[in-house]
Amino acid sequence: MSSATFRIWRGNVEGGKFHDFSTEVSEGMVVLDAVRRIQAEKANDLACRWNCKAGKCGSCSAEVNGMPRLMCMCRMSDLPLDRPITVEPIKAFPIIKDLTTDISWNYVAKKKIRKFKPRAPDHDDGTWNMVQDDVDRVQEFRKCIECFLCQNVCHVLREHDLHDDFIGPRLFVYSAALEMHPLDTEDRLEDLKKAQGIGYCNITKCCTKVCPEDITITDNAIIPLKERVVDRFYDPLAMFLRRFRRKKPDKGVGENTK
Amino acid sequence: MGECIEFEHDVLVIGAGGAGLRAAIEASAAGVSVGLVCKSMLGKAHTVMAEGGIAAALANVDDRDNWKVHFADTMRGGQYINNWRMAQIHAQEAPDRVRELESWGAVFDRTKDGRILQRNFGGHKYPRLAHVGDRTGLEMIRTLQDHGIHQGIEVYMEVTVVELMKDGDRVVGAVAYDRERGRFRIFRAKAIVLATGGVGRAYQITSNSWEGTGDGHALAYHAGADLIDMEFIQFHPTGMVWPPSVCGILVTEGVRGEGGILTNSEGRRFMFDDIPDNYKDQTADTPEEGWRYVLGDKIARRPPELLTRDHVARCIVREIREGRGSPHGGVFLDIAWIKEKMSDSEAHIKRKLPSMYHQFKQLADIDITNERMEVGPTTHYIMGGIRVEADTQAATVPGLYACGECGGGINGANRLGGNSLSDLIVLGKRAGEHAAIYALETQAGRIDEARVEAAQRTALRAFDRGGSEAEGPYAVQNDLQVAMQALVGIVRTGDEMRTALEEITKLRQRAEEVGVVGHREYNPGWHTALDLENLLTVSEAIARSALAREESRGAQFRKDFPSKDPGWGKANNVIRKARDGSMEVEKVPIHDMPAELQAIVDEMG
Repeated sequence: MSSATFRIWRGNVEGGKFHDFSTEVSEGMVVLDAVRRIQAEKANDLACRWNCKAGKCGSCSAEVNGMPRLMCMCRMSDLPLDRPITVEPIKAFPIIKDLTTDISWNYVAKKKIRKFKPRAPDHDDGTWNMVQDDVDRVQEFRKCIECFLCQNVCHVLREHDLHDDFIGPRLFVYSAALEMHPLDTEDRLEDLKKAQGIGYCNITKCCTKVCPEDITITDNAIIPLKERVVDRFYDPLAMFLRRFRRKKPDKGVGENTK
Repeated sequence: MGECIEFEHDVLVIGAGGAGLRAAIEASAAGVSVGLVCKSMLGKAHTVMAEGGIAAALANVDDRDNWKVHFADTMRGGQYINNWRMAQIHAQEAPDRVRELESWGAVFDRTKDGRILQRNFGGHKYPRLAHVGDRTGLEMIRTLQDHGIHQGIEVYMEVTVVELMKDGDRVVGAVAYDRERGRFRIFRAKAIVLATGGVGRAYQITSNSWEGTGDGHALAYHAGADLIDMEFIQFHPTGMVWPPSVCGILVTEGVRGEGGILTNSEGRRFMFDDIPDNYKDQTADTPEEGWRYVLGDKIARRPPELLTRDHVARCIVREIREGRGSPHGGVFLDIAWIKEKMSDSEAHIKRKLPSMYHQFKQLADIDITNERMEVGPTTHYIMGGIRVEADTQAATVPGLYACGECGGGINGANRLGGNSLSDLIVLGKRAGEHAAIYALETQAGRIDEARVEAAQRTALRAFDRGGSEAEGPYAVQNDLQVAMQALVGIVRTGDEMRTALEEITKLRQRAEEVGVVGHREYNPGWHTALDLENLLTVSEAIARSALAREESRGAQFRKDFPSKDPGWGKANNVIRKARDGSMEVEKVPIHDMPAELQAIVDEMG
């Protein structure tokens, strides 16, 4: 059994510093195991969040050796043990204590997104028909475990702190799941363009890279939403044609699955 | 003790997993003010880890299914000591609750004709589980969460309740603390719904997160409510066993539902060796028949891997104890073998069991499309819980309601897989509905300030003892887990359980002396010290109940009483706090079910 040194950031909103802890490493161990062992044996008051320990709840987000990771899915065998392993809180949100941050903004911002509004049921018993091919892409988005690692690496939030004008990749994925839901009839494009700032995303794909659920955030969620916004608000031909149409603008060119 | 912030609601729901969320949604729909308290962040509760599916007799895949078959399956699985009325309500209302989730945005996997797809699961006669791959719990909690946040429910995240407050007989509020700052809060409420989940952290090997410390069971017990069936702990047959750091993490029964088989070190499908009499006529005779069942052949009977969890877990323990286990002390679970039967098996497995593929690949370096998994039993669920009235979910203390895992009765001696998620939404809805009705008919009670102060003082005691000399809470928690695992586990004896009770007494003394370091802001040591009290209470309840039931039934196997006892087949164990503060166990008779339900059991059970 080998040992490793963990350099864990400890502190609160007023400041903090890294503390070194050495711990034994057993086979198959993940970073969260080490942090919990340190918590149980050496620092009972070390603050960190975790729940499922299997990559399903998205609670234990942190930056391990500078990379945004779920601590429960970060194998020690993938890390070099000849130097200290740094563990620090995610950066896009205010510190609470040690490895915990105040992620409540995500919940507040989500509430402002218009809720699911299904079309009238297809059958008298209140049910609908949907085929698997039509729900596949929505199911990709619904895999999201809300670990907020994508929010953490998005430079619009992390560097530019535009939390008031931009909802971030997680909530674009959430919006995409609603917009592309075969039953949904709500229109969120104006919100996405204005209050939710989708235009700030310049497709650096950092969010996609860190997603532990392998959701293709940029290509499958954000870009299609951007296209819909562009088609609605900026396509000169569509703008011109709309003047001659009496009906309300549709939800985007080539998008008639609703 | 500093400031104590006060909040007031008509209905306070404690716990925000599937049951708590569903209760809160229903109560707020009735027009009352609802507060929802959760120990973690919203959407992280244990429901998120449920994998296989929601049992509901939608009959989308097999039109022979209906509520009566589901009811009979549930009663048979629970060895007939279930609360039959709850089992009836559950079977009747589950389909509507599932369809309701779809109307709130849930996206289940589809049948070819575009309806909700259903899969096979242990103990269910027909394919019955509505699912989304193997992440059904995530779909459910996210649907309820995203619907609930628009319902005007006030959500208090990372808040833990330490004591319920009473005015005379009825509950009228709760004292809690917030994790972030460690400040106390008083919640005044006319009705309280407990939906705090399970007790898995009482054991060493468990699929449960840190939250599963029996908070609701303990809060209700100390408030004078009855607990029921506490001896029945479900050891899920298939938890991961290797590597050690992931030991206990759940491997969904969906693996077996999709055709996965259990084998021992000799390569034998040992589940064919021991099929209980009451399942003989429903179980396949040959592997070939079992595979036809998996493919949907309506004449074929289900493979023995899909027998009830209590039985499968015991068979696995038998193989391990008799030296036919896998290298790391489990048995083999093999889904890769279906490549003999299917040309696109790799893609099929990844599509139907994506998170299992991911979990084994990332945590154990095993490719389940190509290799066998090693699995063994893990503490998963408690069938027992707060004793409630079937139609209203009202506990035996006025104003108090319970639903979800912390409520007792529906599952009897063993829960069928998939019946938990359906129980959450069926009985969660009823709890919320009736808590709201009660709140509308009731005046606010008075909370005794002295009690509030006493609760706070008690909660802060560990700080007074400090951290330098006193023992920390983690060591005591660990020793409790070791004791429960060894002495009140899958195979039990009276002597061992008496030893367990002595151990619990000693651990309680140690728990009263534990100290914590640091301050009140987000201090897991302090939180663990407080949770430990609840764990000790439920552990004692489990051991006392299990000791009293001198028979083997469902999840309880007594080596000293290896058979079923007809007398116990008509009785539940009730746990309550006696006047002198000690824990008492009472054997209470089960009332006969009405003739029309008995007829269903006689025909199908």
